[in-house]
Amino acid sequence: MARAVTTRRKTITTIVAWAIGILIFFPILWTILTSFKTEAEAIADPPSFLFFNWTLENYTLVQERSNYFRFLMNSVILSVGSTLLGIIIAVPAAWAMAFVPGRRTKDVLLWMLSTKMLPAVGVLFPIVLIARTLNIYDSYILLIMVLMLINLPIIVWMLYTYFREIPGEILEAARMDGAGMREEILHVLTPMALPGIASTVLLNIILAWNEAFWTLNLTTVKAAPLTAFIASYSSPEGLFYAKLSAASTMAIAPILILGWFSQKQLVRGLTFGAVK
Amino acid sequence: MTAETRALMGACAVAAFAATGALAQDTTITIATVNNGDMIRMQGLTDEFTAEHPDIAVEWVTLEENVLRQRVTTDISTSGGQFDVMTIGTYEVPIWGAQGWLQPLDDMPDDWDADDLLPAIRGGLTVDGTLYAAPFYGESSMVMYRTDLMEAAGLEMPDAPTWDFIKEAAAAMTDTDNEVYGICLRGKAGWGENMAFLTAMSNSFGARWFDEDWAPQFDTEAWANTVNFYLDLMNNYGPPGAANNGFNENLALFQQGKCGMWIDATVAASFVTNPADSTVADSVGFALAPDNGLGKRGNWLWAWSLAVPAGTDAEEAAKTFVAWATSKGYTELVAETEGWANVPPGTRQSLYDNPAYQEAAPFAAMTLESINAADPTNPTVDPVPYTGVQFVAIPEFQGLGTQVGQEFSAALAGQQSAEEALESAQALAEEEMEAAGYR
Amino acid sequence: MATQHSKSAARVMISPAVIFLLGWMIVPLVMTIYFSFLDYRPLRGVKECCVGFQNYERFVTSSSFTESVITTLIMVGGILLITVIGGILLALLLDQPFWGQGIVRILVIAPFFVMPTVSALVWKNMFMNPVNGLFAYLFKFLGLEPFDFLTQAPLFSIILIVSWQWLPFATLILLTATQSLDSEQLEAAEMDGAPVLSRFFYIILPHLARAITVVILIQTIFLLSIFAEIFVTTNGAFGTRTLTYLVYQRVLESQNIGLGSAGGIIAVILANIIAIFLMRIVGKNLDR
Repeated sequence: MARAVTTRRKTITTIVAWAIGILIFFPILWTILTSFKTEAEAIADPPSFLFFNWTLENYTLVQERSNYFRFLMNSVILSVGSTLLGIIIAVPAAWAMAFVPGRRTKDVLLWMLSTKMLPAVGVLFPIVLIARTLNIYDSYILLIMVLMLINLPIIVWMLYTYFREIPGEILEAARMDGAGMREEILHVLTPMALPGIASTVLLNIILAWNEAFWTLNLTTVKAAPLTAFIASYSSPEGLFYAKLSAASTMAIAPILILGWFSQKQLVRGLTFGAVK
Repeated sequence: MTAETRALMGACAVAAFAATGALAQDTTITIATVNNGDMIRMQGLTDEFTAEHPDIAVEWVTLEENVLRQRVTTDISTSGGQFDVMTIGTYEVPIWGAQGWLQPLDDMPDDWDADDLLPAIRGGLTVDGTLYAAPFYGESSMVMYRTDLMEAAGLEMPDAPTWDFIKEAAAAMTDTDNEVYGICLRGKAGWGENMAFLTAMSNSFGARWFDEDWAPQFDTEAWANTVNFYLDLMNNYGPPGAANNGFNENLALFQQGKCGMWIDATVAASFVTNPADSTVADSVGFALAPDNGLGKRGNWLWAWSLAVPAGTDAEEAAKTFVAWATSKGYTELVAETEGWANVPPGTRQSLYDNPAYQEAAPFAAMTLESINAADPTNPTVDPVPYTGVQFVAIPEFQGLGTQVGQEFSAALAGQQSAEEALESAQALAEEEMEAAGYR
Repeated sequence: MATQHSKSAARVMISPAVIFLLGWMIVPLVMTIYFSFLDYRPLRGVKECCVGFQNYERFVTSSSFTESVITTLIMVGGILLITVIGGILLALLLDQPFWGQGIVRILVIAPFFVMPTVSALVWKNMFMNPVNGLFAYLFKFLGLEPFDFLTQAPLFSIILIVSWQWLPFATLILLTATQSLDSEQLEAAEMDGAPVLSRFFYIILPHLARAITVVILIQTIFLLSIFAEIFVTTNGAFGTRTLTYLVYQRVLESQNIGLGSAGGIIAVILANIIAIFLMRIVGKNLDR
C-alpha cells in the first residue's frame, strides 16, 4: 500500500520536475535548434520547431572563420587556472575562519566581499595602466590573476559556509586521538570538505568562463577566450541569429558537458550521518 | 605522373612554401575590426595579402561594433599599443586625428590613388588637410520600399521624396491586421542608433544640435517639428515595440515583408535584395532620403576606415596592409572571388564608373547619389561649429548622444511627451556643454 | 596553549588571501580615488589636477543619479526575490526522488552556463520581440494582443532575464544544503502529523537559513554589477539605467574618467552600505 503511494507520488514529482526542467532549459534548446537553421529560417514567420531543413552550414562557417580551439584552450586555461589558484589561496583562509574564528572574522569576510563591489568599469583605466606598465597586457598571467582576484571573495565565502557545516565534534575527536593540525586537515577535514570544494570549483570555473568584461578588455589575441569568440558573432550588420546560436552552442557545450559529468558530485552536499 | 606523386609533390610544395613563409615572417601586425560582412570577407582574404607580403604576419581581433569601439578607444587613450591597425569610423577619425593619435596617411603608394576617393568620404577623414584613415567601406542612408505594396496603394515613389509623401505612403501601405507596417525606423536608444537617424532627419527639418556658439538647440521649433513628425509617423504607421528596434531588428522585419518602407543605411540594400535571406528580394525599390525643401536631405554619412595608431611598432607593415585593403586591387580581388555585388561599396568613384558593378548592384546609383548628397563639413541648413552629419564630432557626443537618444526613445515608447523629451534633451546638452567648458 | 598556537596558525593561513585582496583593492582603488579628483578626459587630452570634489558633486547632483540608485535597488531586490523563492521551491522539488533526476538537474542548472550577452540577445530577439518573438506567437495563438515586454515593462523584463540566469545558482546552493537536511527529523515530524507548511517553516527554512544568506550575499554582489543584459536590451533607456550602467556611460561613452571614477567610488560606498545593512539582517545566520 505504502509502496503504491510512493510510486504515484514519484510519478507526479517526475512529471512536474520534467515540465519545469524543460521550461527552464527551453531558451537554450531553442538556441541549439536555431544553430541548425539558415539565417532566413531563424527569423521565419511562423517559427518552425523541428521541421526545417537542418543544416550544419553555421558550424562550418564559424569553424572556417575563427580558430575555435584556440579560444577554447584559452578559456580552459584561464578558468581552470584562476580557479585552482583561488582554491589554493582560499582553502587555508576559509578553514581558519571556520574553525578558529576570531573577533574580527566576520569583518574580514565582509571586507573581502566589499572588494568585489567596485564596478569593474570604474577601475578599468587603473588596471589597463598597470597592465601596460608591467607589460603583461594580453597574457595568461594577467587574466588568471584578475579572474582569481575577482572571484576569490566568492571562493572564500562558499568554502567558509561549507566548512562551517562540518561539526566541531569530529575535530575534537581527532584531536583527542592526538592528531596534529596537518593530519587533521589531510585525513579528517579534506575528505569531508571535498564535495563542498568540488562544487566551489565548478561554480567558479563557470563564473570565470562567462566573465565578459575583463576577458574582453584585457586580451587581444594570445589570451582571448570564448567571450571574445562570441563577441565576434554577436550583432553585426545583417542577420546573425543562426551563426550566433552556433557560436553560443560551441561556447556552452564544453561547460555543459563538464556540468553533466559533475552534477552528482555537485549536489551531493555534505552528509554527516556518521556523527549524529 | 600518377595522382599520388602529384599530390605528394603538391604537399611538398605547400610545406616548403609554409616553411619559407614562417621563416620570413618577421613582422606581425594585429588588426582590430568590426564583425560586419565586408570585414569578415577581408579577414578571409588574409592569405592573399600574406602571399604578396610574406614578411608580414597578420593577427585578427574581430569584435562586435560596440565592444570594438570600447576596446580601441581605451587602447588609444591609454597608449596601450595593442593594435597596429584599427577599424574606426568617421566619428572617431577627426577627434583622434586632431589629438595626434593617428599616423597621417599622406605617404600612400601612388597607385593607391587618393583622388579616386569620393570627396564626401575623404572630407570626413581629413583633419586640416591631412588624411588620417583610409575608407574601407562607406554608407549613407536612403529609402528602401516595397514596390509591390507601393503599387497596390496606387502611389509612385519619386526618386527624391518629401517627408509629406513618406507620410502619405506610410498611411496607404499600413495594414495592421496582416502585420504590414507602413514605415520602420530606428527607435533603440544610442548615439549610433536612433540619434543617427533623428540627427540626420533633423538636418532636413532645418534643425541643428548647436548654434555657432555651442548653445544647444533642442528648444527650437525645428527640433519640435522633427520629433513630432517622427513620433506621429511611428505611432500611427510603425511596428509595435519600435522603441527597441535598431538596424538589425528593422532588417529582420523588412526581410519578412512586414515593412512598407525603411529608411536606413545603404548597405542594407544588398541584404534586402539577397534572395537567400529576404522574402521580398525581388520587390524592393530605392529612393533618396526625404527632404522638406530646405536644401538638406535626411541622409547620413559613415565610413568604416582603417587607421594606424601613432604608437605602433610596425608602422611600415601596418600601412602596407591598409594600402592593400583599401586599394582598387582589393576591390577586384573580392569581385573575382565573391562577385561584384559583394565588394565593399561607397569609397571610390572608379567602382561606380565600373559597368560590371553597376550591373551586379542595382542600388549602386542610388547609393552613390546618397553619399554625394551628404556633406559632413556643412551638414545643416544653418551654420554649425561642428563636422558630422548624423553626429557631432566632439568627444562628448557619444555620451550625450546616447542620453538624448534615451529621452527620444522613451517618448516613442509613450512614456513621455515630445515636449518633455526635448526639454530633457536641452537640459542634458546644456549641462554637458557647460561641464566640458564650451560655454 | 593550543588555542594560542592555532590562532596564530589561523592568521598565517588567512594572510595570503588577505594580502592578495588588499593589493587588488588598494592599488586600483587608490588610483580610482586619485582619478576622481582630476579633470581627466583623455579624448580631449585633458588631465588636470585637482578639481576637489567637483566630480563627486556633478555625479550626485545630475538628474540621473537618484533615479539610477532606485532602479538598482528595484532590480536587485526583484531578482533576489524571484531567485531565492524559486530556488527554495526548486531545490525541494529536485531533492524528491523521481525518474531522471540527473537529467532534470542539469536542465535546471544549464542557464547558468550561458554568457550574459548571449542570453540577453536570445531573450530579446527570439522571445520578447513583439513581432517575431515566441511570446508574441503564443499571445496571438491565444487570441491576445502581443505584449511589448521591453518597452511596456522594461525593468520587469530585465529582471526576468537575469532571474533566469541566476535561478540555477540559487537552486544549486540550496539543493546542496537540502541534502544535508536530517531526513529522520522530517519523517518524525510527518509521523506526528505536522502539516506541510509548518514542517517547511519550522524545520526546512531554519536549516536553509545559512545557505539563503550566502545566496543573497553572493548574488547581490554580482547583481549590483549587471551590465550586459541592460546594454543589449534597452541600452539604459526607459528607466533601466542602474548605477553601474551610469558609471559605464561616464567612463566609456563620455570618456570622462574623472567623473566616472567619482561615480565608481560612490557606487562602492553605496554597495558597502547595502552590504552592512544586509549583514545586520541576515548576517546573524552565519554565527549559528
